[in-house]
Amino acid sequence: MKQLFVIGAAVMLAAMSLVGCKRSHEPVQFHATGHPENLSDWHVLSVADGHLRMNEGVEPYALNSALFSDYAHKLRTLWLPPGTKATYQDYEAFDFPVGTIISKTFYYPRAENINGGGDSVLRVAETPAESRDGLDLSKVRLIETRLLVRREKGWVAMAYVWNAQQTEAVLARAGDSIAMTLQKPDGSGKQDFSYMVPDENQCAGCHSTNNTTRELHPIGPKARHLNRDDPWHPGSNQLARMVSLGRLQGLPMSGVPRNARFDDTSAALGDRARAYLDVNCGHCHNPKGPADTSGLWLDAGTTDSRRLGLCKPPVAAGQGTGDHMFDIVPGRPDDSILVYRMDSLDPGAMMPELGRGTVHEEGVALMRDWIGAWLGSCADTEQNVAMQSR
Amino acid sequence: MKRITLGIAIAVGVASLAGCQKQEAAAPVADANYQKVLIGRLLDAKAGDVIEIPAGRFSFDRSLSLRVDGVTIRGAGMDKTILSFKGQKAGAEGLLVNAGNFTLENLAIEDSKGDGLKINEGENITIRGVRVEWTGGPKTSNGAYGIYPVQTTNVLIEDSVAIGASDAGIYVGQSKNVVVRRNRAERNVAGIEIENTIGADVYENTATDNTGGILVFNMPNLPQPGHTTRVYRNKVIANNTGNFAAKGAAVASVPAGSGVVINSNDKVEIFDNDIADNQTANVIISSYFSTGYMTEKGVAKAFDPYPEEIAIHGNRFKGGGDKPDGLDLKALRVAMFGLSGRLPDVLWDGYVNTARPGGAQVCIDNGAAETLNADGPNKYKNPSLVTAAVRCKLPPLPVVTIPADGGAAATKAAPTA
Repeated sequence: MKQLFVIGAAVMLAAMSLVGCKRSHEPVQFHATGHPENLSDWHVLSVADGHLRMNEGVEPYALNSALFSDYAHKLRTLWLPPGTKATYQDYEAFDFPVGTIISKTFYYPRAENINGGGDSVLRVAETPAESRDGLDLSKVRLIETRLLVRREKGWVAMAYVWNAQQTEAVLARAGDSIAMTLQKPDGSGKQDFSYMVPDENQCAGCHSTNNTTRELHPIGPKARHLNRDDPWHPGSNQLARMVSLGRLQGLPMSGVPRNARFDDTSAALGDRARAYLDVNCGHCHNPKGPADTSGLWLDAGTTDSRRLGLCKPPVAAGQGTGDHMFDIVPGRPDDSILVYRMDSLDPGAMMPELGRGTVHEEGVALMRDWIGAWLGSCADTEQNVAMQSR
Repeated sequence: MKRITLGIAIAVGVASLAGCQKQEAAAPVADANYQKVLIGRLLDAKAGDVIEIPAGRFSFDRSLSLRVDGVTIRGAGMDKTILSFKGQKAGAEGLLVNAGNFTLENLAIEDSKGDGLKINEGENITIRGVRVEWTGGPKTSNGAYGIYPVQTTNVLIEDSVAIGASDAGIYVGQSKNVVVRRNRAERNVAGIEIENTIGADVYENTATDNTGGILVFNMPNLPQPGHTTRVYRNKVIANNTGNFAAKGAAVASVPAGSGVVINSNDKVEIFDNDIADNQTANVIISSYFSTGYMTEKGVAKAFDPYPEEIAIHGNRFKGGGDKPDGLDLKALRVAMFGLSGRLPDVLWDGYVNTARPGGAQVCIDNGAAETLNADGPNKYKNPSLVTAAVRCKLPPLPVVTIPADGGAAATKAAPTA
């Protein structure tokens, strides 16, 4: 039954893609209202000559440390209406003009050369080279493209899921679930998982960084994430390049914050860990975010070690404690709730709550190293007896 | 008011079957469609909408969420409309609501991987006739909270049922102006828990077979310390289920056999309840020092760990105290009251804020009921009966009224400190 549905949908999508090709040379189209059915309706990305290409004026960008999403690679692009500029902010996302379209295409290198391949995709690090000319569709499997669109009333999120032919992506407002197999280039570490495309409200679950206003905001395009070399233009700083392209105003001459790259072993361990927590957790775990109920704040601006979890008892973690007492126990990663929840795949315990069906082994290892390096202990000042006796 | 009916032909057909056979599995084809249908309705909802879900059992593999103010979601009854999350692959709750002026009524949420129903921020929240249940009985792997409004204001939870939560069945956290009435909480670790909340009336509920029946707690490191909770006319009976919370959860320190537990909260009035057969104690009053979570590094200095202005009066106690949980309490029972004796109805850890000026912090004026001071501050060396010493009265706490429920309520609302 499921098989039939998939084939049926594929045929339908293939028909739609014809329309997509025809329009591919039109300029980027900002839709001020509604939910266009096809990604091609936006003319941000187009499929031509076996490549997924960026339309004119659409620029890729990269982050120092990025959100982990099941080892997916991501092609991030930014488009601003001609003549408009984003305004620099030191801590929050840049202030983008109405009409801005941010896209993020999730894809994997194919593993077809390994053991017959099939639906397998590779668990390997992303390289700038693979996206310099857009994406070579013979080498990658496209999964979904998410758009964040700045409309008059605020940001709107939409997810488009790519068809099997990689000719078109179709709106999936209710999200989707895609069976995937991930493996390392040597064919080892094979794991099956369900790649979950978020529904529109789940998009907001991460992008609504202030849970009181419930407004959506971009997460990546912040000074500290973007302040790095431009991987496609070696030697030039990404923010400086945005200015030179006329897309950013107000960039200070100095003092622009910069997150570490979490996998840059030449950087300080604490900087790498905090950069990782900031981009993976800080959008919820901040003083105004949906996870402010926990009293655990992991955004870049938090400096109080208790707020970061040091010997902090959880508030409402339920079984997410994994039988541990505190969020971070110095020197003891295996006793720390933070590590337990990052290492879990149980939807009731895992963190982040959405957006992954696999464990980020490198991220967990970083947290273990970081917590392992903390000194001291959480020894009680007043040991209990009567109530904690079970 | 716009009315949306979600019934598609197949779903209605399945629903009627499920209604007759009571909770039999429905055909998966209809379920798969219905997930998309309902998600679509939740996405497109507008203020004033009533989203009706027909009778039937519907399966979801991801959490549902609503982010639009002014929406009512209504089923055909808590045993007729069942949202099952047994096959859930993603999302930390069954239904997550980030919206105000929200009503959920007459349906069940079953077997979510995390919390059943979470409402995070929002005013004017009504939960009525909702059952949240983990159907496999008490298990540590069950979701944490059944009905879980947090950082909400004007909350009414009534005629609802919570079963099997591995933390708390009904858990109101960091909220203001709350009424919890006529609910039933069974086989959870905590039946009903009011935490860091200002102004809560908890009445006419039945809490039975939980580890602890009704809890009023304050947790550290949160912006709002709770106070002013009244617990009255409830039945808190035989909450003796072994504690199955994961260690580290706030309620993991609650001994099995606890009736009403107050921890680190202030201005709590417990009266006119039937509290019986809770084998550790019918009422426990304790400080954060007794939870095992007090650390110098991890708890904000400003946190007040002492229960203050606690009044216990006019309750009907029966039985209990005969089989306390934990070796220390077992030993204490035998040492003080003999092999066949029982711990008294009120067990107090004895921590008092000596720096606090003014009157009594704990007033227990409950007829013949006795109070045991466990002498926590002296490492439990000299526990003693203090019934006469703590017999005093405190002024009654104000009534909580929800604006939508009781007309001219605003003036009666609990103070916001």
